[in-house]
Amino acid sequence: MKKNLLKRMMSLTMVAAMALSMAGCGGSAATEEATTSDSTASAETSEGGTFKIGGIGPTTGAVAIAGASVKAGAEIAVEEINAAGGINGMMVEMNYQDDEHDAEKAINAYNTLKDWGMQVLMGTVTSNPCIGVAPEAEADNMFLLTPCASAVECIVADNAFRVCFSDPNQGAASAQYIVDNGVADKVAVIYDSSDVYSSGIYESFAAGAAEYGVDIVETQAFTSESRTDFSVQIQKAKASGAELVYIPIYYSDATLILAEAVKQGYDARFFGCDGLDGILNVEGFDTSLAEGLMLLTPFAADATDDLTVSFVEKYMDKVGEVPNQYAADGYDAIYIIKAAAEAAGVTADMDYSTICDLMVPVMTEITVAGLTGPAMTWEASGEPNKDPKVVEIVDGAYVLMQ
Amino acid sequence: MNMIKSMSKTTKNNAITYAMVIIAFAVVQTMVMTGNITSLMNGLLVPLCTYVILAISLNLTVGILGELSLGHAGFMCVGAFSSSIFSQLTVDVITTGWMRFSLAIILGAIMAGLFGFLVGIPVLRLKGDYLAIVTLAFGEIVKNVINAIYVGIDEAGVHFSLQDVTSLGLSETGLVLIKGPRGITGTPKDSTFVIGVILIIITLIVILNLMNSRTGRAIMSIRDNRIAAESVGINITKYKLLAFAISAALAGVAGALYAHNLSTLTALPKNFGYNMSIMILVFVVLGGIGNIRGSIIAAVVLTLIPELLRSLNDYRMLMYAIVLIVTMICTWSPKIKELRERYSLQNWIQKKKHAKEVV
Repeated sequence: MKKNLLKRMMSLTMVAAMALSMAGCGGSAATEEATTSDSTASAETSEGGTFKIGGIGPTTGAVAIAGASVKAGAEIAVEEINAAGGINGMMVEMNYQDDEHDAEKAINAYNTLKDWGMQVLMGTVTSNPCIGVAPEAEADNMFLLTPCASAVECIVADNAFRVCFSDPNQGAASAQYIVDNGVADKVAVIYDSSDVYSSGIYESFAAGAAEYGVDIVETQAFTSESRTDFSVQIQKAKASGAELVYIPIYYSDATLILAEAVKQGYDARFFGCDGLDGILNVEGFDTSLAEGLMLLTPFAADATDDLTVSFVEKYMDKVGEVPNQYAADGYDAIYIIKAAAEAAGVTADMDYSTICDLMVPVMTEITVAGLTGPAMTWEASGEPNKDPKVVEIVDGAYVLMQ
Repeated sequence: MNMIKSMSKTTKNNAITYAMVIIAFAVVQTMVMTGNITSLMNGLLVPLCTYVILAISLNLTVGILGELSLGHAGFMCVGAFSSSIFSQLTVDVITTGWMRFSLAIILGAIMAGLFGFLVGIPVLRLKGDYLAIVTLAFGEIVKNVINAIYVGIDEAGVHFSLQDVTSLGLSETGLVLIKGPRGITGTPKDSTFVIGVILIIITLIVILNLMNSRTGRAIMSIRDNRIAAESVGINITKYKLLAFAISAALAGVAGALYAHNLSTLTALPKNFGYNMSIMILVFVVLGGIGNIRGSIIAAVVLTLIPELLRSLNDYRMLMYAIVLIVTMICTWSPKIKELRERYSLQNWIQKKKHAKEVV
């Protein structure tokens, strides 16, 4: 009896360990391509010393794409800056740590970076870990710039800023865009109620819709457990007669929704947010399904300005993929830190608290031209001022709409 | 010396366990005081305490009671959320940090214990694997309910909703407590290393004393032979329920400690789902089923490994899994056990003694 029990437990534990290792593997496989170089971007010694930027994001686990893209984007920026002579003569060194999209692990990563000698934090990439790390950074007085953590609570502290739009900002902007451009009168919403990003945007969209006069005729939710079959949601949306379906979700779920809509012969238009960015790169996804899909995003890889063209080229060389908005956020984040550090006159021998005191006041004064906005400025609250862009997928490519 | 010799084997064993915790505490605390500790280690101290308590408490169910529980994280979740809500509500009323936190911990323990009791009533009457199945379901249900529910409070009372924040219909002064998948934010950071260690010692006192009491022997007799235990008049359901509820309550304590260490509390599969339950089970199995000291060591070592392997970057989690598998093989394989016995330090000392005596 006892032996049996032990055997059973042992086999169970084995299975669990294997599952854990698989999770680890999956993450690594996804990121391996993205990280051809070592995580610490090398910096040659120079007279100005080195400026140490810490990065935190998920490079393993379910949202590894976001973390790995930011990392690759940021590495490109670091290489460019070092090649051009650094910040005020300081070489930039970046150490990027994995947080597995978990607040507790993010704090561990933060502490690891502190031990390493981080002077400025670029992170964390995702919202929940950022909410966990932000109070630590505030207590330490560490300058925090998150590339894409969009939840409101991430940057309540005075020393925290972000590159991307906040969730409420995106939802309200979508509603406004739909009304201003007369895209549709009747709108259905399908969102992931178990996800912070998705439910956050939905709530602000609902509020914005009421304000601008968009008629939400149907609201359907799904959760992370029921994301394999969307037939019910599409049926309901179709029955409601909505002309537009608003999908503030991540691209992996959107592929299934689009396929289901075609299957049911429902020819409404679909409109989403920056989470849909990357949908054209999904393996095995028929890109013709995404034809006409509109998304609100700060970055379009097809833009023809010099900055975007050169970034896309470098990213293709490094990773072998068309960069998504996360990569652009990571790239911009490094340049924003550079601009703030230069304006504040930061030197390499300062400790992080001094740097933070110098950099926070200049954040509201600087204007940065980046991939995600031609002239970004910041409020004291930490929110960026930039115009959202709406891109539409035409002939399998992102095309900027006016 | 005489006193040590005259101690019974169990007393000696327990004394070693307590001494281990206290010495580890003293060493680490001195390092903290003198500033000789890295920020990473400093940040890990409270989570380590949390995992140690979880491992010890699950060992009560798995090792002492002999039932398999796959929902330990569910009880931790109940403790975490109930204590966190309590702290948020009373943060203005009870301004003494330690008092509010003590009450929050007690509340977390009671709530988790209550759920343990309720889950246990129907299940522990049955034989076999039912507890594993039901606790697995329980853990997932708790996680999903917390992800779906919105709770707010204003002067009119407590509001519940399963839709979104706006449907709560709170007045302007209202406070949203649980924001569905966004969980709870802004729990006061009351957990400290000292409190964590005190809680570990309380957990140890509860479990070690229980093991060596009449009740504990009754519980272990059920594990070893249910029919024999029944035949001598032991009330099986009662003792099983007792052990299981205590185990759940202690998981609630760990949950409270966890919740008050982070400013954001969300029920993700990672921290309160199946993965976490299995993590805790791994601590128990690798530490040795029924071996409390082993659980403590395993919890500490296995929590530290992934953090200390950070230099390996992407291969970190892969290495961690390999370490787990190798440890498992080294602990359980009969051949390696044989090898270990042959070359164990104890044998070697004894052989030497023996040789001396012969000479």
